[in-house]
Amino acid sequence: MLLKIEKRPEPSRKMVYVTPVLALLLTVVTSMALFEFLGVNPVEALRNFFIVPINNKYGATELLVKATPLILCAIGLSVGFRANVWNIGAEGQLTFGAIVGGGVFVYFHDVDSVFLLPIMIAMGALGGAIWGGIPAFLKTRFNANEILTSLMLVYVALLLLSFLVHGPWRDPDGFNFPESRVFSDSATMPVLLEGTRLHFGTILALLAVFGTWIMLAKTLVGFQVKVIGAAPKAGAYAGFSQKKIIWFSLLFGGALAGIAGVSEVAGPVGQLLPSISPGYGFTAIIVAFLGRLHPAGIIFAGLLMALTYLGGETAQINLGLPVAVTGVFQGMVLFYLLACDVLVNYRFRFNKIGKVTS
Amino acid sequence: MKLKNIASLMGAAVVAGGMLAAGSASAQDKIGFVYVGPIGDHGWTYRHDVARQAVEKAFDGKVKTTFVESVKEGPDSERVIRQMAADGHKLIFTTSFGFMNPTIKVAKQFPDVKFEHATGYKRADNVSTYSARFYEGRYVVGKVAAKMTKSNIIGYVGSFPIPEVVRGINATALGARSVNPNVEIKVAWVNTWYDPGKEGDAAKALIDQGADIIMQHTDSPAPLQVAESRGVYGVGQASDMQHFAPKAQLTAIIDDWNDYYVTRAKAAFDGSWKSQDLWGGFKDGLVALAPYNEAIPADVVAMAEETRKAIMDGSVKPFAGPFNKQDGTEAVAAGAELDDAALLGMDWYVEGIQGKLPK
Repeated sequence: MLLKIEKRPEPSRKMVYVTPVLALLLTVVTSMALFEFLGVNPVEALRNFFIVPINNKYGATELLVKATPLILCAIGLSVGFRANVWNIGAEGQLTFGAIVGGGVFVYFHDVDSVFLLPIMIAMGALGGAIWGGIPAFLKTRFNANEILTSLMLVYVALLLLSFLVHGPWRDPDGFNFPESRVFSDSATMPVLLEGTRLHFGTILALLAVFGTWIMLAKTLVGFQVKVIGAAPKAGAYAGFSQKKIIWFSLLFGGALAGIAGVSEVAGPVGQLLPSISPGYGFTAIIVAFLGRLHPAGIIFAGLLMALTYLGGETAQINLGLPVAVTGVFQGMVLFYLLACDVLVNYRFRFNKIGKVTS
Repeated sequence: MKLKNIASLMGAAVVAGGMLAAGSASAQDKIGFVYVGPIGDHGWTYRHDVARQAVEKAFDGKVKTTFVESVKEGPDSERVIRQMAADGHKLIFTTSFGFMNPTIKVAKQFPDVKFEHATGYKRADNVSTYSARFYEGRYVVGKVAAKMTKSNIIGYVGSFPIPEVVRGINATALGARSVNPNVEIKVAWVNTWYDPGKEGDAAKALIDQGADIIMQHTDSPAPLQVAESRGVYGVGQASDMQHFAPKAQLTAIIDDWNDYYVTRAKAAFDGSWKSQDLWGGFKDGLVALAPYNEAIPADVVAMAEETRKAIMDGSVKPFAGPFNKQDGTEAVAAGAELDDAALLGMDWYVEGIQGKLPK
């Protein structure tokens, strides 16, 4: 073979943090070519994508509103990914958290108490943790692949939500349409800035990021997560329980996704609907890896992904670009990131023609 | 807000060096459209977009129309609607039921902007609602299907078990059984408005269970295409889907929003726009039928046309009694009929429909 890919003996530490930026730059360059091809001024298109959506107070807060569930899910997933626990089902954990947390309101809708919202948030976390706990149980007890079980449970949760809002939890004054009552003020996330939708959930997301950072850097369980992820055998030799870390990762990730679910239904959505998330739990996987599984990186990656959604809408309204551009954009970021990663960890070697290589 | 600074910083960093010039807002009058599906769905959203183009044409380029497609119902739609309102759109059409609460919320913040919400029931001084009595079309095609079926089983691909869809199924059953009391309807729910894969699979399953007519209340032509490939008949949804299924399509129930959109747009600009609720059918031109398939015998076409005209002049009412509920108990007595309130909240099946309505 003429060309051979071989592993680099020592990948550059610096490049690991440069690649996300490089991937982004490559995406911008490629998309400019794409815009040119679509007959739109590339500079104008980029301006509509990245500047116009957030060049006023409302737009900037909308970015945070959109990024909140992404960051909450991604930060929870990042802990599992570090420990090689592949939880793909944050979307389901988010949904079940919203069901359990939102269900509190459905049954106590006439209660006007300051405790209602905190209980809803706690129940949302519990719901998400339960949904994350199922794959953990199946993995530790039966060695069932958590990628499959967590993914399958997404659809179970979505159908459960659909069943509830079509049936028992339907708004009695809603003409039989599939939606719950609109949440009362005491069941709604407080708005942080008057006239915007920026809500308390964003603070929860920041607390989660900060808390996870401390947990990973300073606590024993954080150390165990990192060791088991990097070198499972070393972890086992040190007496760290692999099972314990599987349980911990899935419960932790599930709980944060559950909080994301509650913060959506008690925040911008304002009620339980058959569909409460446009796939935040799945996009969060991209966010976690784009952010290098690091809490600070996840904040930036979450904001970037949120911005691509907002930018896609602005580009449609102002330039008539198709909605698919948003998806192409997100796909390109991930593609270039993975491509860069390959080049950081591997290198190409050219062989002399005719020489046989093993 | 520290984070906001980070956010704007990041936006700036992303465009690499601030090479972008400041833009200019157009002072031209704008009308916005918010769609739940892609404009290429060849169904619901496609027909709204055809009407958008009709508006643009009617104003001869003096009014600019903008649209955002595939907007998720819920929080995202609120942002899109709000952005349009803040951006100087005078009139905004929000064309899915799930945009109702977001439309109402944004309308409160922008009292000078007019809103038109399709298929909802919440109105305000600056929010009108409009919908079409598609069930009139369903009743007619139900009769045609009952004449064309050999297995006496009609397969129905349903989206969500909401009153709008249940009403369509019931109207189909009432129409069908008025000419052939042996017809039964099987329903397959797909829980989506637009997913060609799921819709097609549902149609296949229904055909496997003996259905030889496929009806649908979802937006893609996939069920019809399945009908075409399996050699059974189907009915187009929202637009004439004949080119997707030249042999299979008996006819199609066409949504026609063109006149309504042009009228309302003109009213918004000459100041005569008032909040209202329109629920129109054949008579108002909102519902139409595509040309009939040549395979339909002439007497059946004549019967269909007669029924359509009778619905227009009011002599036939699809939900006039007597007819029974699914369990055989009387729903409406002879001489009585269901009023609009009962139709709008319909959550029960009439006789002749198999399976339980998901609740």
